[in-house]
Formats: sequence, C-alpha cells, structure tokens
Amino acid sequence: MVDHPTEAGIVLTPEEKRRQRQRNLAIAFALAGLCVLFWVITIVKGAAILQRPM
Amino acid sequence: MSLVDDTSSIERTALVSQAEPRDFIALLKPRVMSLVIFTALTGLVVAPGGLHPVLAAISLLCIAVGAGASGALNMWYDADIDALMARTAKRPIPAGRVAPGEALAFGLVLSVLSVLVLGLVANWLAAGLLAFTIFFYAVVYTMWLKRWTPQNIVIGGAAGAFPPMIGWAAVTGSVSIESIVLFLIIFIWTPPHFWALALIKSEDYARAGVPMLPVVCGEDETRRQILLYTLVLAPVGMAPWFLSFAGLAYGLTSLVGGLGMLWLAVDIYRRREGAPARKAAGRMFAFSILYLFALFAVLLVEQGVVARIF
Repeated sequence: MVDHPTEAGIVLTPEEKRRQRQRNLAIAFALAGLCVLFWVITIVKGAAILQRPM
Repeated sequence: MSLVDDTSSIERTALVSQAEPRDFIALLKPRVMSLVIFTALTGLVVAPGGLHPVLAAISLLCIAVGAGASGALNMWYDADIDALMARTAKRPIPAGRVAPGEALAFGLVLSVLSVLVLGLVANWLAAGLLAFTIFFYAVVYTMWLKRWTPQNIVIGGAAGAFPPMIGWAAVTGSVSIESIVLFLIIFIWTPPHFWALALIKSEDYARAGVPMLPVVCGEDETRRQILLYTLVLAPVGMAPWFLSFAGLAYGLTSLVGGLGMLWLAVDIYRRREGAPARKAAGRMFAFSILYLFALFAVLLVEQGVVARIF
C-alpha cells in the first residue's frame, strides 16, 4: 500500500519506514524471546510446571 | 505530491507511529526498574530456601517487567502533567513519539504477561503481590493520590517498596516479618527521598498542579517532615540487624548510613534560603539513593554470598 503513492492513504517517509522496521524487528525478537523463555521454563520445571503452590 | 502534505503534523502523529524501540524502553522507566531489580534480587537471595537459579532469574525478569509496565501505565495517564514539567517533558508521550494508546496497550500487555509468567514460574502469592503492586502504582498512586493529596508519595511509596517482598515470596511462597521489614525500609525511605527532590523541583510541580508537600504546605513544613521521617528511617534501616537476619557489616553500614541521613536531614532543616538550601536538598536526594543502595548491597553480599560460602 505504502509503495503506491497514487492510492489513497498515508505514504510513509523513509524515516518512518526505518522506524517501522525497527519496531517490527523488536516485536520479532520479543516473540522469539518469549518462545525461548517458555521452552526454558518447561525444561527446568519439567512435570512440576503443573504444580503451582500458593 | 503525497497526502502527507495535506495532513497536519498532529494528525500524522496520531495516524503513523513515530516510535522507535528505545521509546518503548523509556516507557519502562529503566532507572526505576534498575532499583526494583536490585531490591527484588536482595529479597530473592536473602529468603530462606532455594529457587532454581534459572527460575529465580526469570522471576526477577517478571518483577522488573511488571515494574516497567506500571511505569508505562503511569506515563500514559500522566502525559498531560509530564508535558508541563521540564524534568518529564521529553518523555516519549509528551514529546509526541509514542501515542497514548500505544503506551496503554504496551503497559497492559506487559502487566498481564509478567504476572502470569511469575505465577507459573514461582507461585501465585508472588504473582498476586506483583499484580497488586502494578495496580497500586498505576491506579491508587497515579490516578488517585498523585493529583489529590500531598501525602501522595507517602502512601504511593508502597508500590516501590513491594519488590523485595515479591522476591522473598517467590522463593518461600509466604510473607514474613523479614520481608515486611525490607518493605518498611523502602516505604519510609521514599518520603524524605522524594521530598528532597520536590524541594528542588517545587516550581515544576506547582506549574503542573501536582500537590507535592512543598507546593501545598510550604518548604519549611517539608523540611520538618523530612527530618521526622528520617528519624524513623534510621532505626528501621537497622532493623534487619536487630532482628538477626543481617550481620555486623549490615549493622555498621545501616548505623553509619542512618547517621549520614540524619545529618543531611538536619542540614536541610537548618538551611532554608537560597543556594545553600538547594544544595542541602540535592545532597540529601543523592545520598538517600546511596544509602538505600548500600543497605541492600551489604545485605545481598552478606547473606547471599558470604553466609552461603562460610
């Protein structure tokens, strides 16, 4: 959409495109980090993952 | 010609995010977060019993992220007054880099995520305490107390005092007298620390309409309150030694640090005019950070490292 200035909508400036790309990368890293986090928790806790003492 | 030319900069900021990842990190208040990590780590290490080091690290991460999330919610709600104060005008929302809705969503998502993961990793008491801390800071302090009463930071200070208690609860699954004492140290430390800052920045707070103690009750009353709270803080700071869950090194550190705080509080009380008064408040603000850091650092080393080796 943003690559076709003749279409209706906002055209991102190069700086805005750079920021958007940085945000996308940050979200990707955060999601990958979460996957690793849950994997590590599962490995470390093992079956105890289902035991949640008060 | 693009449509951008026909769109005002304000409308454009609302439609196109100008944020960079570092702006979202700034929403987490990294400096506050570092103190939270440090005090929560002390709670985790000093607590009796053990938690797997990896789970302890993840618990610490959850507490840090939860604290950061409450900071983001605080910045979302306080964007209007942040814009009026020199100290906070460059924060991501008043500076126009992050839209309020982005900050709100960011804060809410991180809040829920941090609480749920802490519950899964440690226990639900620790997760409940973290949830309460976020609620207390974002709702009780930010939305209610901050703009309503000069006692805002006295009561709201509880939010900053919970991390060592959460760390302790993550290990033990309980709240005990020791963790309450750690809570009390930060709780009673908060008023003299922030009022020293408020004495320096009182014009900022007055412009923003925040009823800090110097704005509402005057600087002399603030100096009196700083002295009174410091008189209580000095013995409370030594309580871990009195209660025998800290050793001689902590006892001496808390004694010397407490006397230093008292000396600076008396100095603030006596110097009431001009540059010497501002310098006295600045010294108190800086030393109070060092004092709290020293107490928790010594406790951490003494009980977490030395006591486990010897």
